[in-house]
Amino acid sequence: MEVVYERPKSLFPVATHYCPGCGHGIIHRLVAEVIDELEIREKTVAVAPVGCAVLLYNYLDVDCYEAAHGRAPAIATGCKRVHPDLVVFTYQGDGDFAAIGTAEAIHVAARGEKITTVFVNNAIYGMTAGQMAPTTLIGQKSTTTPAGRKPETAGFPIRMCEIVATLPGAAYVARVSVSSPKNVVQAKKAIRKAFETQMRGLGYSLVEVLSQCPTNWHMTPFESVKWVDEKMALYYPLGEFKVPKEE
Amino acid sequence: MTEKRFMAGNEAIAEAAIQAGCRFYFGYPITPQNEICEYMSMRLPEVGGTFLQAESEVAAIYMTFGAAGTGARVMTSSSSPGISLMQEGISYIAAAELPCVIVNMMRGGPGLGGIHPSQADYFQATKGGGHGDYHLLVLAPHTAQEAVNLTMLAFDLADKYRNPVMVLGDGNMGQMMEPVEFPPPAKTEFSKKEWNLDGARNRPRHLIKTLYLDPPVLEKRNLAIAHKLGEAVKNEVRFESFMVDDADVVIGAYGTVARIAKTAIKLLRENGVKAGLLRPISLYPFPYQQFAKVAESGKKILVVEMSLGQMFQDVQLAVCGKTKVNFYSRVGGVVPGYDEIVREVEKTAKESG
Amino acid sequence: MTGKIVINEDFCKGCALCVNACPQKLLKTAKHVSKTSYHPAEFVDAEGKCTGCGLCALICPDVAIQVFRDRKAGGEKK
Repeated sequence: MEVVYERPKSLFPVATHYCPGCGHGIIHRLVAEVIDELEIREKTVAVAPVGCAVLLYNYLDVDCYEAAHGRAPAIATGCKRVHPDLVVFTYQGDGDFAAIGTAEAIHVAARGEKITTVFVNNAIYGMTAGQMAPTTLIGQKSTTTPAGRKPETAGFPIRMCEIVATLPGAAYVARVSVSSPKNVVQAKKAIRKAFETQMRGLGYSLVEVLSQCPTNWHMTPFESVKWVDEKMALYYPLGEFKVPKEE
Repeated sequence: MTEKRFMAGNEAIAEAAIQAGCRFYFGYPITPQNEICEYMSMRLPEVGGTFLQAESEVAAIYMTFGAAGTGARVMTSSSSPGISLMQEGISYIAAAELPCVIVNMMRGGPGLGGIHPSQADYFQATKGGGHGDYHLLVLAPHTAQEAVNLTMLAFDLADKYRNPVMVLGDGNMGQMMEPVEFPPPAKTEFSKKEWNLDGARNRPRHLIKTLYLDPPVLEKRNLAIAHKLGEAVKNEVRFESFMVDDADVVIGAYGTVARIAKTAIKLLRENGVKAGLLRPISLYPFPYQQFAKVAESGKKILVVEMSLGQMFQDVQLAVCGKTKVNFYSRVGGVVPGYDEIVREVEKTAKESG
Repeated sequence: MTGKIVINEDFCKGCALCVNACPQKLLKTAKHVSKTSYHPAEFVDAEGKCTGCGLCALICPDVAIQVFRDRKAGGEKK
C-alpha cells in the first residue's frame, strides 16, 4: 500500500495548542498543503495575527511576522512593497480582521495590495475565552452578551466578504467552511485560488473560512460543525463573491 | 560635499533619507510635516523607491514594521498627534529589534493642540512613549544642515543597534528654509541581514515576533534590549558645547530653542554677561555627564524649552542638586524670543549662589 | 483490504470528527488515554472495509491521520 495522504512538508511535525475540534488546525493544514503544491515555501512570508492563531509560526515552516492586533495587512503591505516577488499572506481572526483591524482590512483591499488574507471567522473571541466578536450572530451567547447578542445594543454581525467584494482592488473573494470533508475540499480550492490570484499579480485576495470553536460555543466538536452549517452559513453564505476575469 | 541647495527643513530631511539609502517611506499627512510626504512621493519613484500614503499613522508605522523586517532602509514621519497614534507600533518595532527611522516634527499639544512649533513630546520621545521597557535613540537637530546629517546618521544607528531612531524636530525647523549640502550618497543595498524576512531559501526560516509567554524568557528579552541600549548610552552621546568654558550661566536647550539661545548668547556677551550653551544633540542617550560637569564647575544653569519642564527634569537628574537650575518656557506653539532668553539669563546671573 | 489509516496518538486530541466522517464507521473513540491525556481516535477494521478514501484525514484538525491505499485493488490515485 502506498501513502495517499500525509502531513504537508510546510507544517512542522508538532502537535498544536488548539482545543479538540478547533477549525484552525484544518485551515493551517490547508494553507501548508497549498504552499507545498504551489512549491512556494521558499518565497512565502506569513503574517500571524493576535488571537488563538498567534502561534501560527510554531506550525508553519515559512518566514513569519507576528503582527499586533489587527495590523497584519499593514505589515504584509510593508513586506510586499519591498519584495514584490514574495508570496505574502495574513492569517487573521474575526476580531483581528473585522473589529480592531477593520481600517487595515478595508484599505489593503482598496489598494489592491497583492497579498492574500485567510480570515478565520468563528463568531467568537477564542483566546480571551468567549467574548462577543464582530461576527457573533444575533442571539448568540457570549461572555459579553450573556443573554444573546441583541442588535439594539450590540449591533449587527459584519459580512466582510460582501464588503470587500465591492472594492475594485479585491480580485478574489470567497467564503468557505471546514465543517465537513466536502467543505474542506472546497476551502482548499479557494485558498489555492487566492494564492494563485496573488502570484498572477491580479490584486488582493480574501478567503473567509467559517470555523468552529467548540470550546467557547460550549458544544462538542460534532455539534459545532453542525452549528456552522445550520446557523453560521445561513447568515454568512458560502461561495465565491469575486473571481478574477480570465484573460 | 556636493553643491549647496536651498531647502526647507522637511524637504532636507526627506532628501537626506534618500541619500542615506532609504527607498521605502510610509506616512500619513499631518501638519507641519506634510512636505516630507510630498517630497517623498515625488522623489522616491525617481530613485526606484516606494512611497505609500497609508490609511492612518497606525497603518503607516506597521507598514514601516513590515518593510523594516525585510532589512530594507525605511522611514516614516509625522507630527505629535500622529506620533501618539504610532506608539503601539513603535513599541512593537523596538521589541522586535527592527531598524527604522521615525521623524517627529513636533506641534503644540495635548490633544489636537495646534500646528505651531513645540517641544512637548520630549518625554514621549525619550522615555519610551509606548508600552514596555524600551527607548528610542533620539536625535534633535537645530539647523537644516544638522537635520540632514542627523537623518543620515539615524539610519546608521538604527542598523547598528537594531532599534528605531527618532529625529525630533519641530514645526519651525520643518518650515524654515536654509542652504544645505549632502554628503556623498551611501550604499543602497541593505537587505541582507542575519534575521531578515525574504523567503526561507536555503536557510532555516526567520521569525519576527514579540510574544514571550514565559516570564523568565521575556525578562531575558527585556534585559537584552536594555544591554544593547546601555551600549548606545556609552557610545552615542552627542552634544554641542557653545561658549561654555568661560561662561557664568549655561543655557540648556535643544533644537529650535538652542538656536535662539545662540543669538541671545551673542547679545548677552556684547553686554558683558558671560553666557554659554550646552546643547544635547542626542536626547537619548542624554548628555548627563556634560551637565554634571557644568554643575561641578559652579556655573549656573538655565533650561529653556518649548514644554513645561520635560528636558528640565533630565538636567536636574544630571546636576543632582549641585547647582541651581532655573527654567523658562513658552508652550502651545509660542516660540520664546531671544529677548526673553536674554532677560532670563540676566536674571539667573544676578541671583546669588 | 484496499486501504488503511495510521493515527498519530501524539497529535490526536480525540475530537471525534473523523469518527463521524468515516463512511464505513471504522473509527471510534478509544477507551485508553493517550500520552497527551486524550481518548484518541481508534481505527478498527477487522473485515478490511477501509477504502483509503481519506475523509477522516480531510476533517482531522490535528493532522494526525496518515492514509494508505492499495492501488492494485482499484483505489485511484489522487
